[in-house]
Parts: sequence; structure tokens; C-alpha cells
Amino acid sequence: MTRISVSKNSGTARSAHTDEYLIKDEPYYEPIGQEIAVFEAAFHQQLPVLLKGPTGCGKTRFMQHMAWRLKRPLITVSCHDDLTATDLVGRYLITANETVWVDGPMARAVRTNAMLYLDEIVEARKDTTVVIHPLADDRRVLPIEKTGELLTASPEFSLAISYNPGYQSVLKDLKQSTRQRFVAIEFNYPAAALERKIVRRETGVDEAMAERLVKFAGMTRNLKGSGLDEGASTRLLVHAGKLMSTGIDPRTACRTAVASALTDDPEMIAAVNELSASLF
Amino acid sequence: MNLSSLTAAELEARLDEALDPVLSSRRTAAPLARALAGIERTNQDFVLKWVDIIIKTNSEMAYQFAARAPEAFRLMNLPAIEAWIIHAMDVYDKQGLYPGCSAFGQLEAFAAETAEAAHSVTLDEIRHILELFVQGLAGRPLKVEADPETYTDTGTLFLPVRLYQFAERPDNFRLYKAMAAHLWAQTWYGTYRLASGAPSLTETLAAFREPEKALRLIHALETVRLNALIARELPGLYRDMQELQQLIGEVRYPAAWEQAIQRLTKPKAGVSDSLALLPGLYEGEVPAPFCFQGRLMPERAQHAMQERLTREKELFREALAQSSNESAAPSPDTESASKEKSRQYSVEQVPDPDHPGQFTFMLMLDGQPVQPLADMRALMNSIVQDLGQIPEDYLVAAGAGGYRRQADEKRPEDVWKGTYHEEGAFLYNEWDHRRNHYRKHWCVLREINVHPAHEPFVARTLAKYRGVLPQLRKTFEALRGENKLLKKQVNGDEVDFDALVEARADMQSGMELSERLFTKLQKFERDIAVMFMVDMSGSTKGWINDAERESLVLLCEALEILGDRYAIYGFSGMTRKRCELYRIKRFDEPYTGQVQERIAGIRPQDYTRMGVTIRHLTKLLNDIEARTKLLITLSDGKPDDYDGYRGEYGIEDTRMSLIEAKRAGIHPFCITIDEAARDYLPHMYGAVNWTLVDDVRKLPLKVSDIYRRLTL
Ligand SMILES: Nc1ncnc2c1ncn2[C@@H]1O[C@H](COP(=O)(O)OP(=O)(O)O)[C@@H](O)[C@H]1O
Ligand SMILES: [Mg+2]
Repeated sequence: MTRISVSKNSGTARSAHTDEYLIKDEPYYEPIGQEIAVFEAAFHQQLPVLLKGPTGCGKTRFMQHMAWRLKRPLITVSCHDDLTATDLVGRYLITANETVWVDGPMARAVRTNAMLYLDEIVEARKDTTVVIHPLADDRRVLPIEKTGELLTASPEFSLAISYNPGYQSVLKDLKQSTRQRFVAIEFNYPAAALERKIVRRETGVDEAMAERLVKFAGMTRNLKGSGLDEGASTRLLVHAGKLMSTGIDPRTACRTAVASALTDDPEMIAAVNELSASLF
Repeated sequence: MNLSSLTAAELEARLDEALDPVLSSRRTAAPLARALAGIERTNQDFVLKWVDIIIKTNSEMAYQFAARAPEAFRLMNLPAIEAWIIHAMDVYDKQGLYPGCSAFGQLEAFAAETAEAAHSVTLDEIRHILELFVQGLAGRPLKVEADPETYTDTGTLFLPVRLYQFAERPDNFRLYKAMAAHLWAQTWYGTYRLASGAPSLTETLAAFREPEKALRLIHALETVRLNALIARELPGLYRDMQELQQLIGEVRYPAAWEQAIQRLTKPKAGVSDSLALLPGLYEGEVPAPFCFQGRLMPERAQHAMQERLTREKELFREALAQSSNESAAPSPDTESASKEKSRQYSVEQVPDPDHPGQFTFMLMLDGQPVQPLADMRALMNSIVQDLGQIPEDYLVAAGAGGYRRQADEKRPEDVWKGTYHEEGAFLYNEWDHRRNHYRKHWCVLREINVHPAHEPFVARTLAKYRGVLPQLRKTFEALRGENKLLKKQVNGDEVDFDALVEARADMQSGMELSERLFTKLQKFERDIAVMFMVDMSGSTKGWINDAERESLVLLCEALEILGDRYAIYGFSGMTRKRCELYRIKRFDEPYTGQVQERIAGIRPQDYTRMGVTIRHLTKLLNDIEARTKLLITLSDGKPDDYDGYRGEYGIEDTRMSLIEAKRAGIHPFCITIDEAARDYLPHMYGAVNWTLVDDVRKLPLKVSDIYRRLTL
């Protein structure tokens, strides 16, 4: 029997096993403000959530943590500009004998009462974004045109999207009609003490190293808008810390994991390297 | 060997002609020619070539060069001589004729320096890196500039043009870094911070018998304190600074300094400790300076600080007024006018969790913390950096109007002065083809709004072209394209049932199941972003201006139908210090009545400096995401500006800016009405990237048509 897969990303073609999306061990997440309480409240009130903030500040980790905390399977879709509504909702597959409908991540999330997380939603095309609208307002339904089905979300289903308002591009802004459906939680880089704690926990470097790494991040954040679009994120610090904890020299770790990851501009790289060199 | 050299007579004839404007009966070309007759032909040609080049900038400079050229050949090789010329010309550009001439005059010093050049580092190479470096460290951004003295006025770090003290290049770079860091530390750790009520540093020093000695002592004391702070906060940097000093020799302190050092290396030591220690050490000797410490210039620092404090106070009070207006708006329920009046700002010191013993400052309105906007926060930080706090009298919101205008308006001649001269302005390099290098941060460009004209210009234009409009619209509608359903695709959104039926039939007859069983909707997306750059120079007055405005009206009609993203900017200006870009429509702005009034309001202004305009619009286009990016210029002539930006110079700079645009993936195109365009436009835009509209009256219809063909 010939089986033809038509999906672009293998995730959409797989059948739904709730279990594989359940998170068993507590993902480490260090709360920055009231975000856990707000998310829980939104979940119980069945309100969709918008996570706003620069890249690498813990949004994905937060979702993993919340999914674990609320004991829901987590289905994550990283959005990109080729993503179509069909990719999200579902499509027909054709086998030798029949055509089979296969749910996309959205339909699967609704059927399995999962937590659906659409990461970097603005990367998706605008006409794709609108398919989430009926799920995101108080109807909480997902019409599947091709099968004629109308899925109604149960109270356990929840929807979250993330968005980086730092993008300067006018195109990469979130439409009002979309954003106004969501409870927005703002994320930012954690305060220094917290960020040190996160870096230590995630990488195993000692307090003195964590302190310097966080200070270094602060220096790069001073350069935001003067040649850098963003300063070093917590994620980049974690990368540098991980390299350091395996014995890579700190200056080299910062150069490879941070400076070169931030920019290609040779003068900026030189300046950022001088900054890390001034600390280690 | 000298066979082919030019004779003194030949040289004299050439120089006589070239240098005519600066020669007289007392100053002839003869001595120059005699001296040059003795050098090789290639070198003579080199001199004559450069004389011709320099004359285009200034004849006296050319004379000075020619007079010293023979000496230069004795002292340096060709590349070094070129560097000497460019250096002198840069001095001329920045400081004027007299300093320019003496730069040529200091030939020997220059030659001596270049002899060290193999391991020397020039400030030009690394200025930007240093600026970024100190901005990353902390505090308000500092500029870096070349100066014979090494010091800071708290807004700019002044550093030597070139460093060659050390035999290794990396050490000379480290010295630059150490100097910049030390001066930065003066601004960040408060060497000039004014404690309220305390006398200023100059006043304190003036009370000593030898103020100059007191100054050197206070600098030495502060250096102890700053070194200790750097050691604590920036250990890697401290190591670099100390290693460098070791190469020269350790700084030894007199025995009497021991207690002072103990006191100054405590974490909380401040400039007040240095001041308190000064009298006790005054009679003793002054320790040797560190190689990176430069000088302390309290008058200049105080002057720059005073200027900044006045300006920032105004700006801060203005920002308070604005933010209290905004925060007042969303609570219309109980607030009455009388309640409004009692709104009270205050600043609270909060212990800084990251720096024990230090404070951060929180802005409060009626006892509630307010979140200041990013630029207001920067302002607060800068004020606290100068004063250590936000004084009471800063916390009174400015009265309506008044301040803003004063604070925002900067006279063009002030642009290069003061510490904040780049505020709100963009700086761009300019290409100097004669010297084959960029003049750094040469042009100062500001975006300003076109003054809208409240006249029905758009309606009038639409009425005038009533006859052709339907056709125009139809043409562009056809271009808009439609979505197409592609059949028999390997993957897609829907099942292609015709294909499926066919495939099943095939299969039953023993063939393999085809893979092409889906339909796919092909979205027709133009994905074009186009920037229109409209000549608003004085020469467009009259007909041309009308035609340009009409062109824009029809163009907007067309673009609105197409749905392409577009922006329109007009350009003009006078001199490199006042390049102006008039916003008519930004990319993110819909085609509103306001835009229409701005189109109507386009008026001829001054000159056309095209390079800087293209560089700025390229930057704007870079921020847009689109598959195709176009930069279309509507022009009536050559690049031309008041301060020598004409002829080859302007053309070459414009050409270079277009090359930069192309490198950024932008397609430039020029629509011109200048009949002489053939002579220079192909060189600037490329052979096919321009078109001439020979009749101005046809311009409006032509422009849309050209655009249609360009984007087909
Ligand atoms: N609050 C936090 N708690 C724990 N880890 C964090 C936190 N913030 C950031 N991190 C670390 O930073 C990394 C990147 O975060 P991530 O969630 O992927 O960022 P985002 O989704 O916002 O781009 C995580 O893998 C984790 O190591
Ligand atoms: Mg993420």
C-alpha cells in the first residue's frame, strides 16, 4: 500500500497521543512577577493569553512550566511565514484506498483538551492568524471547513500565543483585531539577582561567574538601539554559562555564545568582546 | 635617470596656472618649481596630481602642499605622504584653513609618527569601538574625539589622534582602551559630581597657592579611587590597565599617601574623600601619573555640565508635563480641575538590589510609582549621574508649551557643538572620491514634516486628469493579480478530485498511484515596498513642482489600487550640516487626507545633497520586509549643494550611496526631466536604471506608467 504524506512538518501528520505531550517533570521556571497567578486565572476563566517580550526571556519555558502545573498536554507550533491555515487546522491524506483526514496541531489540541502555544505568531502570514479568532473569543470553537465539523473547546483547552514587540518592522506588528482578544502578560529580562539564580540553576556555574555573566548582559543591553537590536537574552547567558561549565575559557564562551550571536558587525563584535574581557 | 623629469620651467608653467589665485608678484611659483625639478618624474606627477585635487578644495592648501612636497619625499614613502595629505585635508575640513596649513607644516612630526606607524593605532580605526565600549560599561553615551590633550568634559572623551608609545600594536590599542575607561570612570564615578551647595572643583582648587599643583594632586587622588573601583567592578579591565602600566614602570606613592590610599580604596569612597585628603598632602610630592590618566580639565567639564544640566532640566520638566497629561486622561470620573492641580511629583530613592549601598531612583506621582518612558528614564539617569539625585526644583512639571520648542530647535551651526549636538539627527558618511575615502559622520540629517497646505490640490488634480483616470485605474487593477488554483500538486490544501479519479483508474490498470493529487491556492502577492524620493530643491520652483505634486497624486491613486507598500519623502537642505528630509508619507501610514495635504504642501526649498538622502532612505527601506525594494528618485538635475557638493564630487558621492543601496538589496531608479541627464545619470544609477521625461507636462502620467513597467 502506498502512503503519501503531504505534510510539510511531520508533526501535523502524526496521530494524536495525548500522552506524548504531557510534561512529567517540573520544568524549572523562576517567576518574575505575577505571571503564574495571572495565567492560572486566565486558564480558569477560559481566556486566551498573549505572552509579550523579547526573545530568550523565558516565554517558552514558562509555557512548559504552566502545562506541567495545570497538568495539560502542551502542543507548541513555531510559526513561520510559510505556515498555512491548513497546516494548523488539518488536511486530507490519500492512501491507495481512501482519503484520510488528519488533524493539524490546532484541531488536535482542541480534541485533546491541550494547551496550544503558537510561538512567534507574527511570523505567520496574516491570513493564517485569523483562523485562531473563533477559538480566541468567547465562542471557543474551531470550524473545520473541509470536514464540515465544528469543534467546541472544553474548559480545559487553552490557547496562548507569543509575540516580540521589539520588531521594528511595520509588517511584524500584531493586528488589533487579533491582540484585543487576549490577556497580555509582559515578559522582560529578569532582575539581576533572579537572572543570576537562573543562570546558576541552568548551567552550574558558580555565583561569581553568574554575577559577571549577568553584568555582561546588562552591558550589552546598554547598547540596544545603538547598533544592537537587542541585548543579550537570558538564553544567551545560559549558553555561555553552559560552555564555561564544561571548561571553556569565559572570554571565549562570551565571544562565541553571545557576541557573535548578537551581531555580524565587526566593530560591534569588537566592542562587545572588550566588554566581556573587562569582566573576566 | 632624471631624463624624463620635468624641468623647472615646465613645472613653473604648470604651477603658475594651477596656483594662480594664491600667487602674486611677491609669491611666485618659481621657487616651488626649482625645488620640485630635482625629484623623479613619477614623484613630480604625483605632486601635480595632488595639487590639482587639493585645488578643488582650497588653493592655499595646494600651495602649502607643493611647497613642502620635496621635503616630504626626503622623509617618507608614497603611502605615508598620501596619509599626510589626507590628514592635513581632514584638519582643513574640520578646523579651517589656518590649522590645515599648519598640518602640512608639521611635516617632520608627521613623518616621525609614521615611522612608528607599523605598530601605531589611530583613533579613527577604533573610535567607534571605543564609543560602543564605554556606552556598554554604563551611563550616558559619550562621544570620542581626537584632541592633543587626553581628557573628558563629561560629554566627550578627548583622545590622541594616534598612539605609538608601545612597541606592540595590541598594547597601543590597550592604551586607548585604558584612557577611555579611565575618563569614563571620571564621568561615571562622579569626579565632577556636584554635591548640592558645595563649591565647584575649580573654586576649591583656586584657594590653593598653586592651583596647578592642587589639580595634579586631586587627579592623583581620584586615580587611586577610580582604579580601586575599576578593580572591583571590572577586574579584567583593571588587569589590562595595570599590565600596561607595568610596561612603563609601576607608579610609586610617597609614604605619606598610605592612609589616603586606604581611605580611597574603600567601596564607598567618593570625590569628597579626595577633596578632604587634598590639603594634608598638598605640601608633599605629586605621584607620577599613570600612562592612561591624561589630564583633568575642570573648567571644561563644568562648562559642559552646566549646559547639559540646564537643557536636561527643561527637558525633564517638559516630559513630566507630558506624562501627567497622559496619566490624567484615562480617569475622567471623579477628577476635577481642582484635584488636577494638586498632582505632585516626587522621587524616591530605592536601594539598588544589584549594587548594595547604592540607590536607584523611582519617579512617583501623588505617591504612586510611575513607569517613565525609555527616553525619560535615560534623562533621569543622566541627571542623577551629574547630581547624584533629582533635585526638588526639577519635579515641577513645565507649564504648557514653552520649553519644548526651545529645547528642540537647534540652529544648524550649533550642530557640531556641545554634547548633545546629534540629538534627533542622523549622521552619515560621505564619499570623497578625490581622496578615495569616506568622510566620517560628515552629514547631519534631520527628518521634518512637510507643512500641510489646506487646499484641495488632490481634488483639483483628479479633476484635471478625469479623462485618463478610469484607464489608469483599470491598468493597475489588472496588475493586482488574482489568486490562482493550481491543480495536480504534490501537496496542497485540498484534494484534487479530478486527479484522484484519474489516478485510481490508472492504479486499477496496474500503474502506480500518482503523487500529484492536490490543489493548491497560489496567493498572488506582489510584496513590493517602494520609496519615492522627491527633489524639493529650489530649482523645482514653478512648473516642475506642480508636475511633481501631480505625479504623486496619480501615483498614490495607482499604488492604492495595487496595494504595494510605499513611502514618499522630499529632500533638500543647505550644507552638510543641514540636510533635510521632508516626510510626506511614511511606510506605516495610510493614504489619508493629511498625506494629501502634505503633497499639496510640497514647496521648493534649497539644494540637493543626494548621497545623504539616499543613505537615509536606504536605512528606512532596510527596516521594511519585502521581497522587492525599490528606491525611485524624481529629480530635475545633478546633485548640488552650497558647500562644494557639486560636479564630480556630488556625482561620485551619489553614485557611492547608490552602490551601498544596491548592496542592501535595493533597486534604485531615477526619473528625471534634466535633458543633460545622459551625461551623468548612467554613471550614477547604471545604464538602464533611469529614464528621461522630456516634457514636464507629461511627467504626472509618465511616472505611474514607468512604475507599472518597473514592477511588472
Ligand atoms: N524565568 C526563567 N526561569 C527559568 N529559566 C529561564 C527563565 N527565563 C529564561 N530562562 C532560560 O532562558 C532560556 C530561554 O528561554 P525561552 O523560554 O526559550 O525564551 P523565549 O521563549 O522567551 O524566547 C531557557 O531555556 C532557560 O534556560
Ligand atoms: Mg521561544
